[in-house]
Amino acid sequence: MNFEFTEEQKMIQQAAKDFAERELLPDVIERDEKSEFPAEHIKKLSELGFLGMMADPKYDGGGMDTISYVLAMEEISKIDSSVAVVMSVCNSLVNWGLEAFGTDAQKEKYLRPLASGQKIGAFLLSEPEAGSDATSQRTTAEDKGDYYLLNGTKNWITNANSASTYIVIAQTNPEKKHKGINALIVDKNSPGITLGPHENKMGMRSSDTHSVMFNDVKVPKENRIGDDGFGFSFAMKTLDGGRIGIASQALGIASGAFERALKYSKERKAFGTEIFNHQSVAFKLSDMAVKIENARNLCLKSAWLKDQHLPYGIASAMAKQYCADIAMEVTTEAVQIHGGYGYVKEYHVERLMREAKLTQIYEGTSEVQKIVISRSLLK
Amino acid sequence: MKILICISNVPDTTTKIKFVNNNTAFDIAGVQWIINPWDELALTRALEIKDAQPGIIENITVVNVGLIDSEPTIRKALAIGADAAIRINAEPKDTFFVASQIAEVVRKESFDIVICGIESSDYNGAALGGMLSEMLDLPSVSAVSHLDVVNGAVELKREIDGGQETVATQLPFIAIIQKGIAKDARIPSMRGIMTAKSKPLTAVEPIAADLLTEFVGFDLPKPKAACKKIDPDNVRELVNLLHNEAKLI
Amino acid sequence: MSVLVYTENWDGKFKKVTFELVSYAQEIAKKLGTSVVALSIGNVNDEQLKALGNYGATKVLNVQDDKLKWLNNQAYTSVVAQAVAKENANVIIFAHNNSGKAIASRLSVRLKAGLATGATAVPSSFDPFTVTKKVFTSKALGNIVIKTPVRIITLLQNAFGLIESKVEVAVEAFQPEVKDSELKTVVKEVNKITGKILLTDAEIVVSGGRGMKGPENWGPIEELAALLGAGTACSRPVSDEGWRPHDEHTGQTGKVIAPNLYFACGISGAIQHLGGISGSKCIVAINKDPDAPIFEAADYGIVGDVLKVLPELIAAVKELKAQ
Repeated sequence: MNFEFTEEQKMIQQAAKDFAERELLPDVIERDEKSEFPAEHIKKLSELGFLGMMADPKYDGGGMDTISYVLAMEEISKIDSSVAVVMSVCNSLVNWGLEAFGTDAQKEKYLRPLASGQKIGAFLLSEPEAGSDATSQRTTAEDKGDYYLLNGTKNWITNANSASTYIVIAQTNPEKKHKGINALIVDKNSPGITLGPHENKMGMRSSDTHSVMFNDVKVPKENRIGDDGFGFSFAMKTLDGGRIGIASQALGIASGAFERALKYSKERKAFGTEIFNHQSVAFKLSDMAVKIENARNLCLKSAWLKDQHLPYGIASAMAKQYCADIAMEVTTEAVQIHGGYGYVKEYHVERLMREAKLTQIYEGTSEVQKIVISRSLLK
Repeated sequence: MKILICISNVPDTTTKIKFVNNNTAFDIAGVQWIINPWDELALTRALEIKDAQPGIIENITVVNVGLIDSEPTIRKALAIGADAAIRINAEPKDTFFVASQIAEVVRKESFDIVICGIESSDYNGAALGGMLSEMLDLPSVSAVSHLDVVNGAVELKREIDGGQETVATQLPFIAIIQKGIAKDARIPSMRGIMTAKSKPLTAVEPIAADLLTEFVGFDLPKPKAACKKIDPDNVRELVNLLHNEAKLI
Repeated sequence: MSVLVYTENWDGKFKKVTFELVSYAQEIAKKLGTSVVALSIGNVNDEQLKALGNYGATKVLNVQDDKLKWLNNQAYTSVVAQAVAKENANVIIFAHNNSGKAIASRLSVRLKAGLATGATAVPSSFDPFTVTKKVFTSKALGNIVIKTPVRIITLLQNAFGLIESKVEVAVEAFQPEVKDSELKTVVKEVNKITGKILLTDAEIVVSGGRGMKGPENWGPIEELAALLGAGTACSRPVSDEGWRPHDEHTGQTGKVIAPNLYFACGISGAIQHLGGISGSKCIVAINKDPDAPIFEAADYGIVGDVLKVLPELIAAVKELKAQ
């Protein structure tokens, strides 16, 4: 057991903190209000290597461990989750999947520009009628000999417009049910792809979320990841790691709100003293601190398991569920501690509260995590 | 061209300053350490010049006088982009002593430009660059706010009260830099952090040198009276207070 | 024995800080039972030179040499060192500004004399020679002992103030040796901002921050400054954005100033900014955010929109002046 971070991990944490405070903080409220994609910010983030931080240096990635990733995600998410989600999708879903299961040629062609941050990717799993239930894919990838013909609609796709490379989960053999599903690498510029309007969301408003329609899109056979029918397994394995990203994001939202509430409680006076000196406020902060500490430990534990090449799917489900749930609780309390100021945009906590809600929903709702966890208890 | 940058390991600028041992030593408990902000800007500027004109600057080395615990800060300088680092294994207690150590490094390994921040944010000595130039008998330019290398020659501007001077100098020389030299310090990239591990960080033992000064104690400034708040609808009251109470206008 | 003061002039007129240095040196000389000698480099007229006597200098060494037209750290250090030898000085006083820091540090090595920079008061003890100086960018004070027989001090501006003590003053032409080998830097061009009060010399400073919203709103700042005979300054984001020139930037990494009265208009008071103004005798803050850290440092504060408050403040000052 060792709870000490390495020099490098601390350096990455500090770099992410500096970036978030210097580059993201100044306009985050405005971007949220305008629902404006942070293109410039993402470019800078990619130049620093955060979008491919865990990918193999052989493919121009950063070669960092998952612990570092958790630390960086937390810092970015304290300030702007719309940026953090781009980082999570690129690192956990797109790059990791390509690196773990792609062929050398696929890695050369698709992973390298993603790992180096020149391009960004998107992961297309959710559908209008299949959100958390990944087994019932309606999007079809019909086997046409040397290519697949892709038809259908994907929903709630992060980076849909800004990504160059899509990883699309689609059904090839419906009779085989989930064993007929494939994962395909699709160029976003392929003919037949259209995007729905930018979603007008409650939180993470500046992240680039659209539905994506495929109409007779030809995808070369060599763009399939793994063997025929590997798609469902691919998606599940990828989501195991994705949950670490979203868990750290939720953690960052919680700790960002906590830090603001703590600071505020030491400055704001009521009844002749700083509100921190009122036990009702101090105990709230104490409860928040315990939850955040637990949440951080769950994130780091699942990251550590992954770095040790030990099974981490259950740990990451626990982390995702717990972090998301406490993010909701902690941000709600942070707004409460701020009183009226918490309800206006200038103090950030209302935005963090809106952002927290999404972490309970996407990449597997809290309920889905409970299914994963409870099933493991049965075994 | 070779550049040497002197870096100091200092507490983060937001650190709450406290003293221990009967107010004779700075309390380092819980302190986060950083590269002295001026030194970090110096490094950033050197890297900007190196990046803009590949091949002109062949090496940027950083030097620090400090014990082993300053290595994370030195490593950060390497992660930001310095090529090599030298740590002189001694406590930096007196500026004359520190300058003597760095002068020894410059004597052994020649540099075209040595850059120092105008002061460090801990003990605010503001003397290293000057002392170093005198020890090495080199020209120095102080309060430099612009530094560039154009066609192999150094272009310099320095701040004077109420203006700016453009200065030419012979090489090698010592630049004592002021804010304005670079906008923001660089954030290390993942690649930089990764490669910093394999860059040379050499620790050397100090030479014998005198300490001309010694800190014997510290005090915190007396807490000031609370701010007197004036109603924004009664600005006249402020003028009244400044005139009759503070007697300043 | 004597206490030597390195004076600074601006276009032939001594800067305010010079008179403060002489006052300070006089206080030290009194305690040591010696006298104050001032060193002047450049074209300063007799009347100005004699004015140093008003603050206690009994002798002025007047150096006029074309080779010393521009500040050259190496050559100037030689000049001061020769004056030290001539006058047998054992305490040498400089201003804690760019030129003072540059020469004092070189002189320390040349004479192997211990240096205390940024002193805030006269030495608290003469044996051991102990100087109180700012540390941690004015967040604390340190007591530093100089262990050598010759001591050098740079004095933080406005830390001591002016004390008149008129004495007979002798002005003496002094021709130190200036070696060409020490003139390796050359000033090519000077861009002086004229017609403005030197920020570091100003008794009152009006300073604007990001809360001013844009360079087009600087009119009231300049108007208030003109009314009060004040200098104008700004916070770092303002100079970084290019709203105001860099030489106005006040803060830990910019100019460190210590006026009698500092108006912080729409400045939140980041710790780095406070580091540059904390020596001010009185700080007035105008900011719409009641929690802005500037109010912690301020003596007087108005919580309100600076763009609305400033015109009212100007009107109120005009009213006062009219009385």
